Amino acid sequence: MVSPAEDVKLRVVADRSKCMGAGMCALNAPEVFDQDEDEGLVVVLEPEPSAEHRYAVRDAVNLCPASALRFEKDEA
Amino acid sequence: MTLADQSTEVLAVPASRGACPFDPPPAYDQAREQNPVSRVQLFDGSSVWMLTRHQDIRTALQDHRLSADGTKPGFPFLSPGRRQLGTQSASFIRMDDPEHARLRRMLTSDFIIKRVEALRPQVKAIAADLLDTMTRGKNHADLVTEFAFPLPSLVICLLLGVPYEDHGYFQKQSHILLSAGSSAEQVRVARDDLNGYIKNLAEAKRDHDDEDIISRLIHRDELTPDEIATMGTLLLVAGHETTANMTSLSILTLLRNPDQLKRLREDPGLIRGAVEEMLRYLSIIHQGLARTAVEDLEIGGQRIRAGEGVLLMINAANRDHEAFPDADAVDVGRDARRHLAFGFGVHQCLGQPLARAELQIALDVLINGLPNLRLAAPFEDIPFRDDMLVYGVHSLPIAW
Repeated sequence: MVSPAEDVKLRVVADRSKCMGAGMCALNAPEVFDQDEDEGLVVVLEPEPSAEHRYAVRDAVNLCPASALRFEKDEA
Repeated sequence: MTLADQSTEVLAVPASRGACPFDPPPAYDQAREQNPVSRVQLFDGSSVWMLTRHQDIRTALQDHRLSADGTKPGFPFLSPGRRQLGTQSASFIRMDDPEHARLRRMLTSDFIIKRVEALRPQVKAIAADLLDTMTRGKNHADLVTEFAFPLPSLVICLLLGVPYEDHGYFQKQSHILLSAGSSAEQVRVARDDLNGYIKNLAEAKRDHDDEDIISRLIHRDELTPDEIATMGTLLLVAGHETTANMTSLSILTLLRNPDQLKRLREDPGLIRGAVEEMLRYLSIIHQGLARTAVEDLEIGGQRIRAGEGVLLMINAANRDHEAFPDADAVDVGRDARRHLAFGFGVHQCLGQPLARAELQIALDVLINGLPNLRLAAPFEDIPFRDDMLVYGVHSLPIAW
């Protein structure tokens, strides 16, 4: 797990095949995550979250019950 | 230590409660500190593993080698009635992926955050109406029957398309399903009855174009009438018993912690965090989440073998000092979001956004609508629901 404080480009990856629609991401980081209306599964609104949203994203990653979210350094 | 010594030390579950009715049985707290993965004994003399630490339970609930399927060997049940409930026309909460995911995802869009947010004005209006009716012309009431049960029952009826006029009927059936003392036969009859009720309701909706969940499921044509009935029954029972009991217990907790109640009244911004804290502190599933190992695995340094049952005591985990400093204290200002009251892993509560909204609204309406809210009976006389699968109080006399 990378630190949200790191001064690097960070990327959020969501695995919709693991998502169970508990909504912890959309609840805790609504600027970055949403749920689509048809299936109720995670949608990433801001794949490279700005510094002000990084801590919320970290919380969302930790609180996701289905381990459907990853926060990684952008190697690209 | 001899074998005989060991057998006398095996804890029987559910263990008895200590002096404080809000706290987990002291034996679970003790296990968490001394022997966090321990052997416990069930009603039928069989023994299973009991997990008590926050980290261990979080890990276990994400491990696919622990099955939620009640028909798998070693699955632990706390009574013959519970065995019946967990195996007869099982819903997706008693299934593993991929079948669990297929069925659950038919409902995920109904409980997404923005849909629940859009429902808030309606929930608020229902809560305000109930408060009006409860307080009209009198100064005392039973919070359980006059507010805590009707609020989530009205809401889940609205979502499912179940007529609320039938609440006397379905609450009676769900009471039988969730009573620890119900026999297997009593559970079977109540389950069949309730499933038949939902099936008839679904059939009647086939020719209409309503927006409710049962109508949508029947028009989807992917589920048999029996599967729809099972799903409808799950949502109906889970949708009102849990929130109802959390509402009553939260109010009682706040009345017993007047400093916290005062904070909450003075700073309405605390309400969301306060609901998380109530969920953590009270975690109303007190008899453990059940799983069985389908492969060997290791948790908390302990080897668990295929075919061995596991009980995960989320009430003990939510009082784990390693996860929550000063865990036995109520603190409406703490960050309690990591609590396991809704479970964890793929089975984590589907209706949690709705439960949160209902609880936030219920607590707000009650504590701010009734500035002089108080208990109308000695605390010692409050009947706690030790005899039920969902913990809470049977009645809560209040005055204002």
